Amino acid sequence: MTQDKVEQVKNNPKYQELVSKRNKFAWTLSIIMLVVYYTFIMIIAFKPAIFGAKIAGGVITLGIPVGVAIIFISFILAGIYVKRANGEFDTLTQQIKDELK
Amino acid sequence: MKKIILLTLLMGVSLYASGTIEGEIEKQPLNISAIVMFLLFVSGTLGITYWAAKRTKTAKDFYTAGGGITGLQNGMAIAGDYMSAASFLGISGLVYLAGYDGLIYSIGFLVGWPVILFLISERLRNLGKYTFADVAAYRLKQAPIRTLAAFGSIATVILYLIAQMVGAGKLIQLLFGLPYELAVVIVGALMILYVTFGGMLATTWVQIVKAILLLSGATFMALAVLSHFDFSLSAMFAKAIEVHPKGEAIMAPGGLVSDPVSAISLGIALMFGTAGLPHILMRFFTVADAKEARKSVFYATGFIGYFYILTFIIGFGAIIMVLNNPEYLDVAKQAISGGSPILGGKNMAAIHLSHAVGGNFFLGFISAVAFATILAVVSGLTLAGASAISHDLYANVFNKHGEVDEAKEIRVSKIATIALGIIAIILGIAFEKQNIAFVVGLAFAIAASANFPVLFLSMFWSKLTTRGAVIGGSLGLATAIMLVILGPIVWVQIFGNEEAIFPYKYPALFSVTVSFVGIWFFSITDKSDDAAREIEAFEAQDIRSQTGIGAEGASAH
Repeated sequence: MTQDKVEQVKNNPKYQELVSKRNKFAWTLSIIMLVVYYTFIMIIAFKPAIFGAKIAGGVITLGIPVGVAIIFISFILAGIYVKRANGEFDTLTQQIKDELK
Repeated sequence: MKKIILLTLLMGVSLYASGTIEGEIEKQPLNISAIVMFLLFVSGTLGITYWAAKRTKTAKDFYTAGGGITGLQNGMAIAGDYMSAASFLGISGLVYLAGYDGLIYSIGFLVGWPVILFLISERLRNLGKYTFADVAAYRLKQAPIRTLAAFGSIATVILYLIAQMVGAGKLIQLLFGLPYELAVVIVGALMILYVTFGGMLATTWVQIVKAILLLSGATFMALAVLSHFDFSLSAMFAKAIEVHPKGEAIMAPGGLVSDPVSAISLGIALMFGTAGLPHILMRFFTVADAKEARKSVFYATGFIGYFYILTFIIGFGAIIMVLNNPEYLDVAKQAISGGSPILGGKNMAAIHLSHAVGGNFFLGFISAVAFATILAVVSGLTLAGASAISHDLYANVFNKHGEVDEAKEIRVSKIATIALGIIAIILGIAFEKQNIAFVVGLAFAIAASANFPVLFLSMFWSKLTTRGAVIGGSLGLATAIMLVILGPIVWVQIFGNEEAIFPYKYPALFSVTVSFVGIWFFSITDKSDDAAREIEAFEAQDIRSQTGIGAEGASAH
């Protein structure tokens, strides 16, 4: 890419919009995932009894639905990101590319 | 007593990590239905290879299947790379042994994927061509960065290959009744065939076919288990608690993660290590654009998550149907150590369960799938290692002047594949009776400490310089290797010392920190003209990584 094209893209407000929106979104989702995971791990390290507690007097313990929920959360967060990135972000990217031509 | 449980558990985890089968293995009688099904798989995949070979002409075809894999296909293949025999047999074995703790491990393996999606996958696709070193070396000096990246890749690949080969040999010996050496040679030879003739296209499709077989087989097993209890989870767990020697303890966290340092360190190793595995990173170049790259991670996360839920049910199923079932009992072992050990050790729990729910025919099917799994994973590994040799070292380090003849680069890659295959066979045989529990842990530690920090900072930090990347990456690499050697597995279990010099089993927290700090320090203190140019070049790189402008176009097919 030539230097003037770099300048052109850099100064395009749509590019700035894309970068700031996507960065914010991607880091927010990453932090949610990390907080969920490390909270889970820290409970296991420090207060494992919480997850060993039985639900409603049955045999199933709290840890099992929580664990399965984390698997679902991973999948859902991934889906949320892909939906917005493949829609909104890709549209913006396409517009930036078109304006460059 | 608690200590003993913890110890068994840790050993269980390390065995899991290497995917080995415990102890001396008695050769089994030939298992005909397993062999027939495996032959079917082999002939099918050789057919794929023949088809792929006709479509593999350019370097792009060879390394990335021409960039024409769809998001769904690639997601399946990524999931396939991840669902190795070690994780299928190992995690279900861990659940069988310790119940809930198996789930903790699975979750650690899964949560890295969304983060890779959010931060890495599309940038990687936009910047790279064939290997992750393309990205790391994008604006830095080619020769030193690619040498470091190739070294990290080859080390990771060979360590992983050792684990897979030894696992394959023992597994096949047990399942098929074939001699260990023959099993290792068959795996090595088939993998060389797939990769040299079919390149990435064949490797990907072999992986997809296997992933479908494995997911179907595991689904059947889980359903068979649940149907025994009229699909009542409570009834299933209640029965498992009743028969398991640990009783209710299997429903709660045990001793897998006992202190915060180990917990964080394991989390970092799994997360950053995954994002630094060359055979996984390479998959992002097989799709057409960032959109497909994102979709592939989404699908992969779904398949892997589903698979882990299945292994959890399978592990509990094995507690109910395999444990205490005299048919699967290792009588010789029981006579020595008591309890109710099963034939082949806990990693065989899923295999025995397949027999319990589906008889000899289904046992044959699952055995064949387990074999196919190893084949598919070693093929991907070998291709990644060969690419590091041909594309990074040969084409961009040794050949500094002018364009490289593409045909020649492919030839080097094929020779490298054959060489890696032979090395894998030799090491597989050499390590038969060694304790290889540290091997996969070391591979993850190297991937997390040498490959990942350089790759990540090259995309996210404008002030990264060649000097910082090379020194910091090398320090991370050295720290990872050193801490694994001084740690409990190698220093105590293998060298037989009393106490480990480095007390933690997972060095990632420390070695990754060393790597990041080293890269940071040696970058900011680098005041050379080259460094200034490299920093200046970040802007153009960042625009390409954000938008894909200038990236390799869509599929040539």
